[in-house]
Amino acid sequence: MAFLEVEDLKVHFPIKGGIFGRTVGHVKAVDGVTFSLEKGKTYGLVGESGSGKTTTGRAIIGLNNITAGKIKFQDKEITNLHKSKSEFRKDVQMIFQDPYSSLNPKKRVRDIVAEPLRNFESLSKSEEKKRVQELLELVGLSPESILKYPHEFSGGQRQRIGIARAIALKPKLIIADEPVSALDVSVQAQVLNFMQDIQKELDLTYMFIGHDLGVIRHMCDQIGIMYKGRFVEEGTTDEIFTNPQHIYTKRLVAAIPDIDPKKRDELVKFREEVRMEYEQSYNDYFDKDGLAYQLQPVSDTHLVALPEKG
Amino acid sequence: MTEELLKVQHLKTSFRIKDDYYAAVDDVTLTLNKNEVLAIVGESGCGKSALAFSIMGLHTKAKIEGNILYKDQDLANMSLAKLNKLRGKDLGMIFQDPLTALNPLMEVGEQIGEVLMLHNKNMSKTKRVEKVIELLNKVGIPRAAHTFSQFPHELSGGMRQRVVIAMAIANDPEVLVADEPTTALDATIQSQILDLIKELKDGSQAGIILITHDLGVVAEMADRVAVMYAGQIVEIADVHTLFDHPLHPYTRSLLNSIPNAEREGEKLHVIQGIVPALQKLPRKGCRFSARIPWIDASEHEENPELHEVAPGHFVRCTCYKNFHFPDESKEAAHHGIS
Repeated sequence: MAFLEVEDLKVHFPIKGGIFGRTVGHVKAVDGVTFSLEKGKTYGLVGESGSGKTTTGRAIIGLNNITAGKIKFQDKEITNLHKSKSEFRKDVQMIFQDPYSSLNPKKRVRDIVAEPLRNFESLSKSEEKKRVQELLELVGLSPESILKYPHEFSGGQRQRIGIARAIALKPKLIIADEPVSALDVSVQAQVLNFMQDIQKELDLTYMFIGHDLGVIRHMCDQIGIMYKGRFVEEGTTDEIFTNPQHIYTKRLVAAIPDIDPKKRDELVKFREEVRMEYEQSYNDYFDKDGLAYQLQPVSDTHLVALPEKG
Repeated sequence: MTEELLKVQHLKTSFRIKDDYYAAVDDVTLTLNKNEVLAIVGESGCGKSALAFSIMGLHTKAKIEGNILYKDQDLANMSLAKLNKLRGKDLGMIFQDPLTALNPLMEVGEQIGEVLMLHNKNMSKTKRVEKVIELLNKVGIPRAAHTFSQFPHELSGGMRQRVVIAMAIANDPEVLVADEPTTALDATIQSQILDLIKELKDGSQAGIILITHDLGVVAEMADRVAVMYAGQIVEIADVHTLFDHPLHPYTRSLLNSIPNAEREGEKLHVIQGIVPALQKLPRKGCRFSARIPWIDASEHEENPELHEVAPGHFVRCTCYKNFHFPDESKEAAHHGIS
């Protein structure tokens, strides 16, 4: 039994045009993706901007309407439950990318962190305060900060306030949308370490959306690579990084800067090779619309989007 | 033979907060050579962008002390009219965010043409259009003639950054300042843009000051690296030395905090505390000391200076000598250095 199953998920946005604002077409932001998450593991969703990775995450949690497909959480279908305050809303939380815009600047930390508690649990004022302070302590902020406003904190601290809010209801799944992209490397290290710690402590499952492959490799057990709304490859972290099969994945992996300056020339040569291969074999990997094919298994855990044989 | 292009001497850029001036760039001295990429690394708030803006004279309200010497002229004490003759011609700049660096209401070809026009008043219009298309081709934009009459919003992020680069190199500058040129871009685009900058440099022999926070970019691009912390350069060395034998605690901490495939499963190093705000910067003693509290105060210098530990390798303060991370013993640290 998978923890979260996403089956042929599609999210299309209408394009309005003309003077009457009629729908003239659709942007297929997510165009049929299927994957599943295992409990206690971290699943990485990777892609360039516009690949549909964030939309996928937002659709799962109900922030985007689903056009077609099914989402099952712990074997219960939750595709259309989003509007009601179901258990699901408690069990799945989100960490947003930008800690500067995801916290209401006019609210005190106490109100920010307590908001999910107020929605789902009826606590007395003093109980609530205690819970908020416990949460802040858990994320490494002093309990006295409950009266402060977001602007009084640094980027890393703000992101931890966002995490405190996300774990307030003891969720089972956290969707982290580029949680460290806006942060400096040393602060990034702090947030990543912390996310790993609470994962063990609270037995959390993560869906980690990102584009920094170094971070993804460090955090994830399994990775799905998206391109133009579809998966091009899925596999364990090891499979993706040491044995990428799809030309798009190869190109992505080749583009990671190496922190060893001695390998510079080697890397330039390697990238050139991959680029040549990409150009020559583009038609073998993408259909006539430039989209990826359906995923085909190459091993038990490793799936690659290739045309069907024959 | 290395040829010095630009010399920054004791540069101090201060901003006014309430009634006092606070130095964001504090006594920075460095040289940029011809055909060289000098990377300036550090986290937000370390003063690296303030340094870049000072060199280009883009700070209008800051107090700038010290000298920025370019061809026997001092950019730091120069009239605006004179500076405008240099900027866009001998000095080019690539900005971080191509969307804000470009005028949204002007065709990109016109924008590049403007740079040419300002410095070559006698150039005919046909010649200018020709030159712009040549530039667009040079920065790898397909269908240059078509792109000429497009607006910035019609282009992708990577293409926009190419336009910004085309503007920066329009008059073959000798000094190019690139402020986080790839931070807003995807990884595959990033590597293309970096390759482009490298190619252009090899072609024109320009000197490039590359401002970045990404050590991966540094490893790929730089010839020499200056690491900045709290407005000061704490370490400067050629790129191989810096990555193989980093000495300053800040440099070593930064390198340890990036995820590395070879150290999989290990915890990332976290630098304790935060970068202090400009008003709260300690102006005396080692500025990094508060972030490495386990190091004894006696290890620091009273007035930390840059020491030349090997030819071309400078390190600030003496605290690097016996530095160790909290989870390793002093002995291990010693062996690590020797």
